[in-house]
Amino acid sequence: MPLGTPPVEWSQLSPELVLIGGALALLLAGTFFRHRHFGAGYAVFTGATAVAALVATAALWAQVTGEGPGDGPRLAVADAVVVDGFGLFITVAICSAVVLAVLLAEGYLGRERLDRPDFYVLMLLSAAGGVLMAKANDLILVFLGLEILSISLYVMAGYQRERPRSLEASIKYFVLGAFSSAFFLYGVALTYGATGSTNLAVVAEFLRGQTVTTGVFLGGMAFLLVGLGFKVAAVPFHMWTPDVYQGAPTPVTGFMAAAAKAAGFAALLRIFFSTFGDNRLDWQPIVWALAVLSLIVGSVLAVVQTDVKRMLAYSSISHAGYVLVGLQAANARGISGALFYLLAYTFMVLGSFGVATIVGRKGDDRHSLDDYRGLAKARPGLAFAFTIFLLAQAGVPLTSGFLAKFTVIAAAVEANSYALAIIAMVAAVIAAFFYLRIIVTMYMVEEYTGDEVEAEAAPRLAIPGGAAVALGLALAFTLIVGVLPGPVLDFARDATIFRL
Amino acid sequence: MLTWLILVPVLGAAVVALLPRHQEQAIKAVTLVASVATGVLSLALLGAFDSGDSGFQMVSEREWVGALGISWKLGVDGISLFLIVLTGIIFPIAIFGPTVHHDFKGYAAWMLMLEAGCLGVFCALDLFMFFVFWEIVLVPMYFLIGGWGYDKRVYAALKFFLYTMLGSALMLVGILTLVFLHEQATGILTFDLIALAESQAIAEGTARWLFLAFAASFAIKVPIFPVHTWLPDAHTEAPTGGSVILAAVLLKLGTYGFLRFGLYLFPQAAVDLAPWFLTLGVIGILYGAIVAAMQKDLKRLVAYSSVAHLGFIVIGTFGLSTQGLQGGVLQMVNHGLSTGALFLLVGMIYERRHTRLIAELGGIQKVAPLFAAVFTVVMLSSIGLPGLNGFVGEFLVLIGTFVTRRWWAVAATAGVILAAIYLLWAYKRVFHGVPEGANAAFREMTWRERAVMAPLVLLIVGLGVYPGPVLERIAPAVDNLIAHVEEHSDYQQPAVAAGRGR
Repeated sequence: MPLGTPPVEWSQLSPELVLIGGALALLLAGTFFRHRHFGAGYAVFTGATAVAALVATAALWAQVTGEGPGDGPRLAVADAVVVDGFGLFITVAICSAVVLAVLLAEGYLGRERLDRPDFYVLMLLSAAGGVLMAKANDLILVFLGLEILSISLYVMAGYQRERPRSLEASIKYFVLGAFSSAFFLYGVALTYGATGSTNLAVVAEFLRGQTVTTGVFLGGMAFLLVGLGFKVAAVPFHMWTPDVYQGAPTPVTGFMAAAAKAAGFAALLRIFFSTFGDNRLDWQPIVWALAVLSLIVGSVLAVVQTDVKRMLAYSSISHAGYVLVGLQAANARGISGALFYLLAYTFMVLGSFGVATIVGRKGDDRHSLDDYRGLAKARPGLAFAFTIFLLAQAGVPLTSGFLAKFTVIAAAVEANSYALAIIAMVAAVIAAFFYLRIIVTMYMVEEYTGDEVEAEAAPRLAIPGGAAVALGLALAFTLIVGVLPGPVLDFARDATIFRL
Repeated sequence: MLTWLILVPVLGAAVVALLPRHQEQAIKAVTLVASVATGVLSLALLGAFDSGDSGFQMVSEREWVGALGISWKLGVDGISLFLIVLTGIIFPIAIFGPTVHHDFKGYAAWMLMLEAGCLGVFCALDLFMFFVFWEIVLVPMYFLIGGWGYDKRVYAALKFFLYTMLGSALMLVGILTLVFLHEQATGILTFDLIALAESQAIAEGTARWLFLAFAASFAIKVPIFPVHTWLPDAHTEAPTGGSVILAAVLLKLGTYGFLRFGLYLFPQAAVDLAPWFLTLGVIGILYGAIVAAMQKDLKRLVAYSSVAHLGFIVIGTFGLSTQGLQGGVLQMVNHGLSTGALFLLVGMIYERRHTRLIAELGGIQKVAPLFAAVFTVVMLSSIGLPGLNGFVGEFLVLIGTFVTRRWWAVAATAGVILAAIYLLWAYKRVFHGVPEGANAAFREMTWRERAVMAPLVLLIVGLGVYPGPVLERIAPAVDNLIAHVEEHSDYQQPAVAAGRGR
């Protein structure tokens, strides 16, 4: 069979093209103007690129959800790419993560005296990879996106070369990540063997109306689940998370938590809910177990941590559990709930790690709980913002986090998974304990006064302008969506997966 | 109007939060205006309330989250009316009565948020809204205990938060299950309380589980024995204003929840499970009283007395008689007034002596006769002396329950005697005798303290002498609730208990 070049509908790939184009332009600029300093210019350019990608996404969204002739979800590039509401929703989440992460990173990179353009290039590339994953309609393309996303993240995790922790995080993430990619690829191979295609639409067509229980297919499904479970940090594939989250530069951790999770879940939801939808009886029990384990292990182990970044790492594991609750429900409400959760989480987690970036001070190593003592006195605004992010993660009403938990648990109840719903709520109570512990430390424990001289000499925490904007945006989103969730809920509800 | 009732304290809190910390006078002024305005609004509500209407009045409804069938729906009936008024009156007193030692700005902002949350719970007619307010109440209270409390405040605050949140966790699953089962049965996705309660679309066995899920949350909040253990810690470690609000308003959220949601949504389940709750109520009455008598700390004693008093409300509720329910609702208000006042007085003692240990106090009556007199009135109201408000409520509860559930009422009556024992005994040790040492220098009530206590004492006496107008407004709503229970369950109230036997 001769392999021709498929037609490429460039317009359908506009968000990815904008992101990659921006990355290439930055790369060139960084090479040509090596000795010139643009100040915040690179950051502004990166942010503008992400915003442009958002605009492109909005244009596609209008086409996909429009009523006119020729509107509606569509396939592109020889059916390897699907442009549907679901993929565009994830694109929005990833691009928002880029905007927030750039704002946080600018001050951070300045503080740590690290090179600018390369960092932003990597960030844009990994975002492009995530977007590809979200829009992929072919397992090969999912893998491609996964690798673009991951490899950039491996480098970003080790970006602070002088810190052994950062390097350790990078190596650990790379070795385990490569391992899980191999699992994923093996899953792709087995699925191809069982169904005769890597195209998700063809696979779904093959599976429709027949029960495939061959070991090859079930094995393929399991390997895909392992590979993606690693990316979203679901227990028992979470071992890398605490070390990598703790070691990576803090803005990178925030970006990783938001974007990698969104992209990983996008693939997970599309492959399992949509493609393997008819085989849900095979995977639902496994996802149930993964969800329960993630919820419980994540929140219980977070309780015993004394390092805030590590604590947030475990909490991100339990958040993965909540999104899995939405997947396990395997109904429309579950998918839109999972999407809402991912978007809300993007803002909460980047806000949280944004605060951690600032409190980490120069050297990015002041992350123990003690470093948060008396923050409410020293920096009331910062402490307030962190309080809101933590309460949102705990799921307190009038924050986006509550609605996020509410929607996925509603989906579980609708699917009659009462036990899972109750376990999820109890896990939320356990999780509340350690979120409150941070709040207690900020508000109710006096500043560390063991060494008065040191306390005197320590300069006031510096909040860079970009970080302030990022925190403001995240805070506004968390509160406004918490009070008036209607538009975002509708957005998530309309972001359906396109099935042939 | 109800929306404004909730918004005024929220706006007040927002303004306070935005004012700079050092402008203490401006902060005080804003707080005063916001809390008093809310109080006035609640009184205006009382004026506008139509005592002949047994349903929900002044209902305001707006779509909130249309996709999920959630609306912003508020309304008030005879059961919630007086709790709203109580909230409106007690908050200004709790904010300005006790001295706040540091950071008045934060204190005032959290207090106003708390007020909005409590009013929201009492007004909400949508299960989602109710849950939101129910949970949001935790946050300000957590910060009030943790930020302004006494020595073990952090522990107490955390215990309070986690206990209550665990209860709400079950309730949320209960709410969602109810809503989706209702949708499956009727095809309508709604969180509207009235729609859900009137359709009674849930199978009996399921309803019982759902009732228990709601009850878990309410029982923790009330608190009903054996999930009361957060209460003594939270009460004792909270700042005086916080204790007042905890006792006067927050505990009522639980008993109110049983009436508004437990009985209304799941009548048959409530009837079936009533003996269990009656038993727990009676245990609470006796256990709370006995433990209270053993306390060395005056504030802890008052805290345990709350467990006992709330037990009366629980048996009044599950006795399912018109008189018992009327008494129960009235007793919610009474307990708010008298226990709130007791916490204020204990706070005043602590301000002067920096101890709450009964053993270190004594002979205060000699040096501060007015203080002792006020304490006596409040204490007697708590005991249930005829002529004061506590008597009316307890008496109605006991006669109502006696008709429907005789032996529980008999056992509960012993609690009245026990209350006299622990309170009078405490009074004797604190106020009688010869004042020695620091007790001899105990300051008489200041004018400010008199002004704070005066409205409470007036209400205590007023409700005791002439409770008619209040009961008359509670009665139609209670009758309505009983009729609803009778219609949707196999329960029939004996004619005598309904007051029809006269």
